[in-house]
Amino acid sequence: MSIEITNVNKRFGDFVALDDVSVSIPTGQLTALLGPSGGGKSTLLRIIGGLEQADTGRVVIEGVDATGLPPQKRNVGFVFQHYAAFKHLSVRRNVAFGLEIRKRPKAEIRSRVDELLALVHLEQFAERLPSQLSGGQRQRMALARALAIEPTVLLLDEPFGALDAKVRRELRDWLRRLHDEVHVSTVFVTHDQEEALEVADEIVVINEGRIEQIGSPDDLYDRPANDFVMSFLGPVTQLGDRLVRPHDLQLHSGDPAAGDISGQIARINRIGFEIRVDVATTGEPSQAVVVTLTRNEFRALGLDVGAAVNIRLAPESHTTLAPPAQPTPADTAKSLASSH
Amino acid sequence: MTSTTVTGRRSAGDRGSAPGGLPLTRVSGVGLGVAMLWFSLLVLIPLAAVAVTASEGGWSQFWRTVTQEQTAAAIELTVGTAFLVTLVNIVMGTAIAWVLVRDRFTGKRVLEILIDIPFALPTIVAGLVLLSLYGPKSPLGVNIANTRTAVFLAFLFVTLPFVVRTVQPVLAELDREAEEAAASLGARRFTIFRRIILPGLTPAIAAGAALSFARGVSEYGSLVLLSGNLPMHTEVASVRILSSIENDNPENAAAVAVVLLAISFVVIVAVDVLQRRMVRRG
Repeated sequence: MSIEITNVNKRFGDFVALDDVSVSIPTGQLTALLGPSGGGKSTLLRIIGGLEQADTGRVVIEGVDATGLPPQKRNVGFVFQHYAAFKHLSVRRNVAFGLEIRKRPKAEIRSRVDELLALVHLEQFAERLPSQLSGGQRQRMALARALAIEPTVLLLDEPFGALDAKVRRELRDWLRRLHDEVHVSTVFVTHDQEEALEVADEIVVINEGRIEQIGSPDDLYDRPANDFVMSFLGPVTQLGDRLVRPHDLQLHSGDPAAGDISGQIARINRIGFEIRVDVATTGEPSQAVVVTLTRNEFRALGLDVGAAVNIRLAPESHTTLAPPAQPTPADTAKSLASSH
Repeated sequence: MTSTTVTGRRSAGDRGSAPGGLPLTRVSGVGLGVAMLWFSLLVLIPLAAVAVTASEGGWSQFWRTVTQEQTAAAIELTVGTAFLVTLVNIVMGTAIAWVLVRDRFTGKRVLEILIDIPFALPTIVAGLVLLSLYGPKSPLGVNIANTRTAVFLAFLFVTLPFVVRTVQPVLAELDREAEEAAASLGARRFTIFRRIILPGLTPAIAAGAALSFARGVSEYGSLVLLSGNLPMHTEVASVRILSSIENDNPENAAAVAVVLLAISFVVIVAVDVLQRRMVRRG
């Protein structure tokens, strides 16, 4: 294990940022700390990096107890959401900074920086100032700067958070490929479940200062431990008192089989390749259930708004117990829509 | 501060050198006219008048005036003291700004306000304050009346806020994460300060230093009571100008004034050049 975190607590005044967190982060992998804003994931990352001190608990990095070590002595690479570029230094000098601090020979620094700039595709920008780069380029520079010191672990705090959607997607793919090349143990914080599912080998879901679940993207998506993980990682709809993924539901218009729930199609919505069908269940109280199908599946059914249908759960689908009912404005709107 | 004027100057130059240039609209034409008239009436014409008065007796007369023993001593004292005071302000002003921005302590708001007192106080009142505290009847038993220390102290008093006030907002806006990044790359606190923070502050420090120097050179009210204005010892340039006028010798006064003007101009330009280099180098 590259990072062992044991019973870490952290408070900011009255606010509990981390509540007795213990987690082991495996060596050589890309691990995502995923959760909503303010859930404590950035605080955990900053504690690993030594930028924040835990109130209690231990942090061990590659077998070394780092709990009391300042960031200077942890040999971690840290990448910030807003790049944290050294604005007055050229891209080359930014990347060289950690090596200059370590007083490496000039020639070695030069060749190492050239190597890193090639790795992040910034060779032709070496002499520019950070202000002359785009956001994506700046973040690649920050990544090269962090990698220059050959860190034990690489920590990325919402690294793509400040970028627009397209660049974000590109950099995400690129980070995955880069990691497959460099193999440094990497932990990155994100609130974007798609990003975590796509890039990470392992995901740690953190909410309200506690760890909700740890597992591979498949584990988390298919076998969520609770309703929070279930609804945070993907779309959910409620069927009876269970939460279920809308694409795990099937529709048929024949006679209802045992366990099926009958209803009426309230609305049909096409989003690209996907058809979203809102079904108002019969019986009291009526529920608005969302079912998603592919266009071909839906066409084969030959149904339209108002048609009577039966909903059944696809075999081997995972469901979790729904949280106690708390009507949200969205739910109210949905039930209003379905009653018309 | 200086950097803004510089960028303004440069873009104006670019515009002028562009073929044909940009035609002024009527509104901007009137605006430019009013601004130039205002600036001319208040600054350029009086400055020119001083220069003309100073040059009435010709170059040799001018040179004789400013190298006259007593005048030269006054100019030397003024410039030398202003220079020393500026050095002190660079260090202390930055330190005070640091404390105000980075530290939390009770009474911080009060200190914030107190810093500006030398700005707001009439300088003669400052002089009176200094006289009562460090004069012959000093309750502290510190009597520096009629010494060069009095000049130094008076300069320090009135120039205190300049570096603090130029550095403070820039320091508050600095990217703290860049410092954290430097720390995680292995840089110790002093290295972070020297290589990451200081380059960001240099333009502000330079601007504050230039203002502080210019203010020092021109100071009169705060030192006139405590310094005793002893010729060849504690007499500063501004006092020398006044005594020249009182002795009905306006050419002499104008000559000293032109020297002060030239020094201030050189310092402001030098600081500007220096600050650009420092920003680049890191």
